[in-house]
Amino acid sequence: MRAFRVYAIKQGTVIDHIPEGKGVEIIELLSLRKWKKVVTLGMGFTSRKLGAKDIVKIEEKELNQDEANKIALIAPTATINIIRNFKLVRKTQVKVPRVIEGIVKCANPACITNHDHVRTRFYLEKAKPLLVLCHYCERYFDESALTLL
Amino acid sequence: MPQKATVGFKNRDIISIHDFSKDEIQHILKVAKVYKDRPHPGLLKGTILASLFFEPSTRTRFSFESAMERLGGSVISLADAKSSSSSKGESLSDSIRIVEKYCDVIVMRHPLEGAARLAAEISKNPVINGGDGANQHPTQTFLDLFSIQETQKKLSGLHVALVGDLKYGRTTHSLAYALALFGAKLYFVAPQSLQMPDHIMRNLKKIKAKYSFHTHPDQLMSKLDIFYATRIQRERFPDPLEYEKVEGIYVITNKLLKKVKKNFRILHPLPRVNEINYEVDDTPYAYYFEQANNGLYVRQALLALIMGKAS
Ligand SMILES: [Zn+2]
Repeated sequence: MRAFRVYAIKQGTVIDHIPEGKGVEIIELLSLRKWKKVVTLGMGFTSRKLGAKDIVKIEEKELNQDEANKIALIAPTATINIIRNFKLVRKTQVKVPRVIEGIVKCANPACITNHDHVRTRFYLEKAKPLLVLCHYCERYFDESALTLL
Repeated sequence: MPQKATVGFKNRDIISIHDFSKDEIQHILKVAKVYKDRPHPGLLKGTILASLFFEPSTRTRFSFESAMERLGGSVISLADAKSSSSSKGESLSDSIRIVEKYCDVIVMRHPLEGAARLAAEISKNPVINGGDGANQHPTQTFLDLFSIQETQKKLSGLHVALVGDLKYGRTTHSLAYALALFGAKLYFVAPQSLQMPDHIMRNLKKIKAKYSFHTHPDQLMSKLDIFYATRIQRERFPDPLEYEKVEGIYVITNKLLKKVKKNFRILHPLPRVNEINYEVDDTPYAYYFEQANNGLYVRQALLALIMGKAS
């Protein structure tokens, strides 16, 4: 049954262990609506680690490290599985980049980045639990304060 | 945080106290002393400072403009945000691109946090932050440190009380950080609702600052080298009764000063309202007016350093 629900793909990437509800955000984050090939979103799978999880499968696209790192901001538990010819060739944990540019919005309403045309930039202060420092207003933010641009 | 490629201080932006090491801070204070001891009237002849105050602050603006004039440079000034391009909807980035062509160095005050950092990234000329919202006001920190060093003959290992509104008072945030770099013991004296905010405490813990929290200054007075007073604004209290309860606690009177050490000094970023009783002005402990005056020398030092005219 399981094999039927989570069908295998021939080439591409399977993003597993996404916290429940974050699958849609990952599709937005990686602009996968524009991807010409098949993208599958599975929601609410049972997971021993997370309770419930989402899975995203992207056919014929291998995520690079930069793309994988972006995912870490909204789904720090995600794992990236690269599939070639139905075989798992590489499995990696996502890792928050040291410098996070143009991905998330600064939660400080008085920050210049919310008023002027400027790319946001944050520095990774701590990975677990996530804590970042805004390059501009010098405030710290945790995961709950971060929203995608 | 990354800076423009520079050798020493030439062409360097002055944005946040966090951009400076202990050695660099000490160097700035040393140069400031040179200008306090002896005027250098022709040093920046032919150099133009653009003074952009997107938010009014007469004191800071006068201090910068006077510092430039005293070094023989000249000033072009945007004193009133209401008449400026920004109120017509021009972005800060665009304003800076225009203004930088007319000058060699920019000082700016802006209500938004990070505005000076952004301006510095856009401008080819160095930018000095004259205050960006609740974030940073580095030249105030340098003049505070200069005054502390001047009165104590050293910066390391001092006992310093920061008193009043520590939540919204940005001057105490940067000063606490800088003093902690020099190994000070800090006493945070404030009503509980106005104590040091979390993000500032995080910065202080990162550099292993020594500190303690207090609601009353009385018991500390005999230990202190510096009492740094700030204004508590009535508007910060949702309940006026709450304000009236704390109002008297943080007022310095001669009575409070009975047990202080000889080297004890009172500083205040000014303007004061009633935090320091006027009777205190005549004691040897009052140093706030000299402190404000020191802004002139610290700003001269920074201007000369970033223009490459001091080493
Ligand atoms: Zn920010």
